[in-house]
Amino acid sequence: MIYIENFGRYFIMLKEVFSRHTKWSMLKNLIFKEIDDLIYGSLGIIIFISFFIGGVVAIQTALNIDNPLIPKYLVGFTTRQSVILEFAPTFTSIIMAGKVGSYITSSIGTMRVTEQIDALEVMGVNSLNYLVFPKIVALMLYPFVIAIAMYMGILGGWIAAVFGGYSTSAEFIKGLQVDFNTFHVIYAFTKTIVFAFILATIPSFYGYYMKGGALEVGKASTSSFVWTSVAIIIANYLLTQMLLG
Amino acid sequence: MIIVEDIHKSFGDTEVLKGISTCFDKGKTNLIIGQSGSGKTVFLKCLLGLHRPEQGKIVYNDRAYADMDEDQRTELRQEMGMVFQGSALFDSMTVIENVMFPLRMFSKLSKNEMAERASIVLERVNLVDANNKLPSEISGGMQKRVAIARAIVNKPKYLFCDEPNSGLDPKTAIVIDNLIHEITQEYNITTIINTHDMNSVMEIGEKIVFLKDGYKEWEGTNKEIFKTDNEAVTNFVYSSDLFKKVRDTYLKEGN
Repeated sequence: MIYIENFGRYFIMLKEVFSRHTKWSMLKNLIFKEIDDLIYGSLGIIIFISFFIGGVVAIQTALNIDNPLIPKYLVGFTTRQSVILEFAPTFTSIIMAGKVGSYITSSIGTMRVTEQIDALEVMGVNSLNYLVFPKIVALMLYPFVIAIAMYMGILGGWIAAVFGGYSTSAEFIKGLQVDFNTFHVIYAFTKTIVFAFILATIPSFYGYYMKGGALEVGKASTSSFVWTSVAIIIANYLLTQMLLG
Repeated sequence: MIIVEDIHKSFGDTEVLKGISTCFDKGKTNLIIGQSGSGKTVFLKCLLGLHRPEQGKIVYNDRAYADMDEDQRTELRQEMGMVFQGSALFDSMTVIENVMFPLRMFSKLSKNEMAERASIVLERVNLVDANNKLPSEISGGMQKRVAIARAIVNKPKYLFCDEPNSGLDPKTAIVIDNLIHEITQEYNITTIINTHDMNSVMEIGEKIVFLKDGYKEWEGTNKEIFKTDNEAVTNFVYSSDLFKKVRDTYLKEGN
């Protein structure tokens, strides 16, 4: 029953997020701050993880090719497909659910505990619009992060394959170009925009509606990570079925 | 002036407010007192519009809250200032930014005019040289002053304070009490303070509303509270020997 109640509350929250807008002069500053915190602040970990995941995908593919009839460019091909279709958009988003999601939940949750949200409401500010809307706008830049993750994943794969002696640079690059389907990139970025919306709103929901003290902020962050991940995985399945199925 | 007529508020099966009626006058320091769990905070939150009573009426200068649409309620809230128990200052903003916040949200003043107005208010609460500090870098007493400055910067008609001197040393608590009292008279606003502090009751309580188990048990002034024979009030207010002695001396000397 509580799940159905939360589901309904989430959509009521979304309605409130997009109503009674904060003054643009204030909103502008909030959006830039969120871009700095959520997007720019995540680049380091995304670059690091994508690079090594790309490398691991290339090595594992190369080690599993023991039939001489299978072309060596398959290493580049598999790396490209894995990174563009799944690792960059979905795997990165799960990591972001932990990093950005728990940051959003704990920061909003702490504002709830310390009555800062009540202070906003008493002043006549729509606290949901003030707190959540800038995060949604900032995370609409998330596809750029994923583009960087794709680039770094493929670069990591190329370095691992070429310098590990699993493939030549020419073969790897040929693999990157074979049967390239632009729609796969469109599919990946479409997923990313949906994931960005989930990443901004579900953690905000758990932070905003939490009750209790510091301990509950921690519990809310954990619940936020679990449910954000679940939502991303379900959305991933549904979007894949709709766009590629 | 705020008039409250027979308000009821429940959470689930628990009825917290059981029909409270009272009136808070303009230009006076009104106090709500009562034991923990008596419904003080819920009552204050109803007055602030943070909780909606199931029954009853709250009227702010002839405007009933229940009859207002969302825009009118937003306008009303801009006429309110609130000092929270824990100050509720925005952590990521400096002292001056916290005080300027309501102006940035709702006024059409230029940035310089806002800064000037914020500085005047900060000076009024005797807080200078802390403009660029973060809330975490100043003491609890200073945080309360910033919270008062933020509450009055937009020239409110109603000032609400939830236990404004909790967690403060006795000297600072008296300073904060007097500051709120002075501001109430200077700005001619309706001030409502939720408190446990008996010093506040004796010093600044121009009107005191005593709540017990969700009912209004007693109301009167700080002079009348010395003379009341209401058992619940005397048990609560004069629970310490010190205040009993203060009361006895007051009654003996007749002032």
